[in-house]
Amino acid sequence: MSTRVVIDPLTRIEGHLRIELETEGGAIRKAWSETTQFRGIETIVQDRDPRDAWAFVQRICGVCTSVHAIASVVAVENAIGANPPRQARLIRDIVLASQEVQDHVIHFYHLHALDWVNVPSAATADPAKAVEFARSIGSTWKGNTIERMTAVRDTVQQILDSGQLSIFTGGYWDHPDYRLPAEANLMAVAHYLDALEFQRSMIRIGTVFGGKNPHPNFLVGGMACTIDLDRSESINQVQLDQIADWVAETRDFVASCYLPDALAIMGVYKDYFDIGAAQPNYLAVGLAGATFGGDPGASRTTSAHTEVKPGVLLDGDLSTVHPFDPTKIAEYIASAWYTYQDGDDAGLAPAQGETTPQYTGPKPPFEWLADADKYTWCKAPRYDGKPVQVGPVARILLAYAQGHQRTCELVDDAAGKLGITVDQLNSTAGRTLARAVEAMISAEALAEVTFPQLVDNLKKGDIDVFDNSRWDPSTWPDKGEGFSFVEVARGNLSHWVTVEDGKVARYQAVVPTTWLAGGRDADGQQGPYEESLAGAGSHPLHDAAQPLEPLRTIHSFDPCMSCAVHVLDVEGAELQVVTS
Amino acid sequence: MTSSLTPPGPAPIDVGRWRAPTLGENLEQSGVSRRDFLAFCGVLAGIFAMGDTALARPASAEPLTAELIADKLSAVTKPNVVWLQLQECTGCMESTLRSGGTTIEEAVLSLLSVNYNELVMAAAGDAANKALDETNKSDHILVVNGSIPRGANGAYCTIGGKSAEQVLRESAEHASAILAVGACAVWGSVQASKPNPTGAVGVDEIITDKPVVNISGCPPIGEVITAAVAYVLTQGELPAVDGEGRPTFAYDQRIHDSCPRRPHYDAGQFVRTFDDEGARMGWCLYDVGCKGPSTFSACPVIQWNLHTSWPIGAGHPCIGCTEKHFFDRFTPFYQTLPNVPGLGVEATAEKVGWGLVGATAAGVGIHAGLTALRRSLARKRTAGEPLEALGEKVWLPDPSVRPADAPADAPADRRPAAGPSQEG
Repeated sequence: MSTRVVIDPLTRIEGHLRIELETEGGAIRKAWSETTQFRGIETIVQDRDPRDAWAFVQRICGVCTSVHAIASVVAVENAIGANPPRQARLIRDIVLASQEVQDHVIHFYHLHALDWVNVPSAATADPAKAVEFARSIGSTWKGNTIERMTAVRDTVQQILDSGQLSIFTGGYWDHPDYRLPAEANLMAVAHYLDALEFQRSMIRIGTVFGGKNPHPNFLVGGMACTIDLDRSESINQVQLDQIADWVAETRDFVASCYLPDALAIMGVYKDYFDIGAAQPNYLAVGLAGATFGGDPGASRTTSAHTEVKPGVLLDGDLSTVHPFDPTKIAEYIASAWYTYQDGDDAGLAPAQGETTPQYTGPKPPFEWLADADKYTWCKAPRYDGKPVQVGPVARILLAYAQGHQRTCELVDDAAGKLGITVDQLNSTAGRTLARAVEAMISAEALAEVTFPQLVDNLKKGDIDVFDNSRWDPSTWPDKGEGFSFVEVARGNLSHWVTVEDGKVARYQAVVPTTWLAGGRDADGQQGPYEESLAGAGSHPLHDAAQPLEPLRTIHSFDPCMSCAVHVLDVEGAELQVVTS
Repeated sequence: MTSSLTPPGPAPIDVGRWRAPTLGENLEQSGVSRRDFLAFCGVLAGIFAMGDTALARPASAEPLTAELIADKLSAVTKPNVVWLQLQECTGCMESTLRSGGTTIEEAVLSLLSVNYNELVMAAAGDAANKALDETNKSDHILVVNGSIPRGANGAYCTIGGKSAEQVLRESAEHASAILAVGACAVWGSVQASKPNPTGAVGVDEIITDKPVVNISGCPPIGEVITAAVAYVLTQGELPAVDGEGRPTFAYDQRIHDSCPRRPHYDAGQFVRTFDDEGARMGWCLYDVGCKGPSTFSACPVIQWNLHTSWPIGAGHPCIGCTEKHFFDRFTPFYQTLPNVPGLGVEATAEKVGWGLVGATAAGVGIHAGLTALRRSLARKRTAGEPLEALGEKVWLPDPSVRPADAPADAPADRRPAAGPSQEG
């Protein structure tokens, strides 16, 4: 007999996600991924000045802050023919890298760790043994001291004593599948707090260039932050020194704390390398931060690792890298509350996309959504008709398949330590590990490639960060179409814009979480979240009242639901707002 | 490596009847020295004082020193907090996570019991809903991020199967203080911009029978968010607010008034394009679209991300994110302020800057233009004449409005008197 399970809200993610499951005998048989928020930002940006678009679409997400803005200005530049100077591109690369590493750190410690780490257990740990444990897993983090561990243990004890567990209220702390020894839990809670402190520091790199975080400022045609080493009011040696410091700290934190923790914790939950696989199709345009204005097959790129080319891996075959073709992307709405002019079974390319919301679900409050064909606000993108995974796992596998040296070193090292094969990265534990490996590569690229390049160019007198030649709308073509692909923390992000008579005529974003969180398409193929839970029919669920195992798997994707939901009003089409 | 250790189960929540140690006890136990704590409180004092204290608090009140804040903070037990995230992007929570203060993690863990917040809470699904329901039953502080979409019967944002509106109403019922944090919760922000496809509104469109403190900004500065909570705890009451419901401690001055680039404005030194000499010299960004002259925020003073920088500091014009409907009112963002449709100020930077180069005259010129459009508001939407902007009625904020209980002799407005038209 099957049991229905609803997880809503699915917390420790960005935005609103609901998972509905049918289970039988402790295994998940059917799964539905349901996005429960819709905002309509692409409609709102229509008819506005394309130079303003970044500020609107950046508000798609305050976690992925700056990535939508960068994707937007690059797409608009592509549409109007602007050519930002190389220093501006480098600055965007630096912002993307620091944002991405910070994002991964927050995800691992603050959004995912509590699936693996038992907080109350930390109160029973011996601080000296926790330090010993940290040492044993190769963590050289400066916070691994007996004094620090003691203080954290006492903090946890006080929270327990107070009877008010604050954010730890209602955790599944008596679930039998928390496996870490108390000392490991204490170490992880200490690192949770250290990471909270540290993410503030890490993010300041972007603040220097963009003025604030979240939602820093960007500019079509370059960057607004002038650099002149000989001026007090521009970015000068003072800020460069600060950034150098934060860049070094970032690499240190990932190398000495994050990567060892991820390896050790995933090692304890090693069976999760066989749980949570989604369709073994992967898409990426390069390693994290790779940015293309226009077709990645033809246009120029900025990337710290230009040797990793855009590509697609299909059907689990890691030996063949297929060339990436943007025209093979289409979005489906068979399970989403929208309607297409040519029928809801059609797949539309983003350049021809439509988004007309048409809610057909039950009136809230409701108990169950999955009985209807349509059950989510998230569209279902497909590449050449196939559901694909994007994100760290896709990028790492693509780079590995292309023989990228540093990626191969880190992956082979981790696989050797854990006794897994590379294709096992397609799993709950694998996605979590791939993210930590990628953070290491990105932190190194920031420290060794992009930031030194910026400084080196400055030494040669290159202080140009803005191209003024296309600022005035009179210099733009009457009609221009542009798009961008950017590899951001959660995966492949593309923005598509049509500029007509100086205004945004059409805007569309296809974002990483849309690729992953979308529901079934017209052919009944599940989206990656759904497949990861229900695909093999063997995903565990020990206790329906404490759905810890599915939380682990869904969190391994790092869901970002505000990003996932987007809307496009096709030219001239009236948006249909359902009010009753 | 697998352990057979059985961790202690969760302590049952007995909402409303808990006995919590005071913050002072908690800090002492966790080894935070009085000296460190005072330093933290000094930051808070600075933030509060940044607002005009004469306006923010009765003249008879004790001055807000670090000592006083430390004493009051130390004495409180942990209030329960429900921190909702409705139709939004999580930027406000991210900003909160970036709030400064050396031991803020310990302080926050000890200061508040945040029983419900989707971004950081351990629980999910039924367990999360239970924590929310139980906390809702008794006295708590309610913090709201995000707007409330009223279209499609609330289906544009649901949590636990309930509409955002229902979730908000249930959490507001027994809340002793309600803070609307961020542009979405205050005015709907980006999703409420034209054509507002989901019918998004701010919190005080829904909760009309209780005061709602509006912490505006997209997002607000982290320190302003945490200071608003700390204000409630230390003062035992809501902060004084301006005509838009914003705490005067952070919103009583225009960015323009405390902008470090202000002398360049007064001297008529303007950035004309983002790569010119003026840009590198840190000249005024008014001419490339800065909305600082009509934006009320503490950005220049507190700055962002541990005082690292702020938008104008990084060379970009202010886009006015603390102001009502800034996406519709202040776009196009790169258009010079008086030319932004609807503001109707006739002066241009050229006229003001070059025509009246003087210590205050230029500033007065633009203020006069704006002030002429402002109307006194005892509380928002209760009085005053609206301004036609982009075809809709909007009000410009007026920080000179004092709360009703402020002493009559408190200075209403310390800025240069805004005469009739003084522009060139």
